Amino acid sequence: MAQAQEAELSPEIVLEEMKKNGVTHVVWLPDSETNWLYLLMQAEPSLQLVPVSREGLAFSMAAGLSAGGKTPIILIQNTGLMESGDSLRGWGLGLNIPVVLMVGYRGWTRHGITQDTAATYTERFLHAFGINYYLVETSADAPRIAVAFEEAKKTKRPVAVLVGDEYHGFNR
Amino acid sequence: MFRTADMLEIFQQYRGDAIVVPGRGGRHWVSLSTKPGRDVPLGDPAMGGHASFACGLALAQPDKKVIVFDSEGDLLMNLGILPTIAEQAPKNFYHFLLDNECYATTGGQPVPNAKNVAYDVMARGAGYPSTFAFEKLEDFANNIQAILEQPGPVFVAMKVVPEIENEPIGRRRRWQTRSREQVVQDLQAELGLTR
Repeated sequence: MAQAQEAELSPEIVLEEMKKNGVTHVVWLPDSETNWLYLLMQAEPSLQLVPVSREGLAFSMAAGLSAGGKTPIILIQNTGLMESGDSLRGWGLGLNIPVVLMVGYRGWTRHGITQDTAATYTERFLHAFGINYYLVETSADAPRIAVAFEEAKKTKRPVAVLVGDEYHGFNR
Repeated sequence: MFRTADMLEIFQQYRGDAIVVPGRGGRHWVSLSTKPGRDVPLGDPAMGGHASFACGLALAQPDKKVIVFDSEGDLLMNLGILPTIAEQAPKNFYHFLLDNECYATTGGQPVPNAKNVAYDVMARGAGYPSTFAFEKLEDFANNIQAILEQPGPVFVAMKVVPEIENEPIGRRRRWQTRSREQVVQDLQAELGLTR
C-alpha cells in the first residue's frame, strides 16, 4: 500500500509547486485527472480560479493575465490541448507568453500501447508546435514542474507538463 | 448601422485612462488614440480570443478600466467566454461588440443567422448584469458616458457598417505600426510592470 501511495502524484504536492512558482491564476477546464486538485485549489486563497468552457479560451485568457503582470497556469486535458491549436499558436506562441500548461495525459500507459488516440497524438501535437514538455507521473517527479516554470520564464514560451497519473493522486 | 470610425471618434472623448484592446476596430483606433501606450492593437492573433484576452487583462489589473472592441464573428467562435466573464465579474471590464453581420475580412460572407442574433440578449442570458444594444450612432453618443461610469462587466452590442476586404491577405496594407511583442512591452512599461 505504501508503495502504491508513493507511486501516485499527490495533488497537495502539485498545489505546493504552483504556490512556490508564484502562480496567481489557474485557467482551467475540468478533466478526469484533476478532480481532487480542484477541491484543494478552491480552498487556496492565493489562487484565483478562472474556469473556461473550451480550452482554446485558456490561451487567450492566460495571455491577457500574463500581459497584465500575473502568473497564470493552464490546467487542461490533452484532448482540449489539441482543440486549442490555433489559440496556442496565436496567443501563446505569438505573444511570447511564458506560461506552463499542465496537461492531463489521457490514455497514457507507459508502455506505448494504448487504445486511446488522445494519447497517441499528444506528444506529436506538442512536437508539431515546438512546445517542450516534461512528464510527471509520481510525486517524485514533481520538481519537474518547477523546471517547466523556469524554462517558460527564460524562453518566454509555453512549456507543458504532462500529467501521467489519471486515476490516482488527482482523483481520490 | 453606423461606421466604426465614427463611433470610435466619439468613444475617444470618454476613454480616459482606460486600457483599450481595439480588436477589429484597430485600423481606425491607431490613428485616433492619444494614449498608444495604453492601447493593445494586436490585429488578429487567433480568431475568437479578443474578449478572453481582455478579460485576462482586466483580472490582472483590477484598478484600471479595460475596454475591448470585439466582433460578432470572433464572439461566435467562442461564445463560452460570456459565462466565464459574467462569473469572474470584473468591475473594470467593458465589452463592446462590432456587429457587421458578416466576415468582412474574407469578402463579406454572412455569419450564421446574421440579421437575427441579439448578442446583448445572449450576454444578459450568460449573466452580464448590464447590457445595451445600439443601431444608431446618436443613441451610442447619448449613452457612452453613462456606460463607462457604471461598474462592469458591461456588454454593448453595436450594428456597424461592414468594411469588406477582398484583397488577398498578403497584399493588404498593414495598419499596425508596432509588432505584437512591442505592443505588450509598451503596455507593461506604461503599467510599470517587468516581465
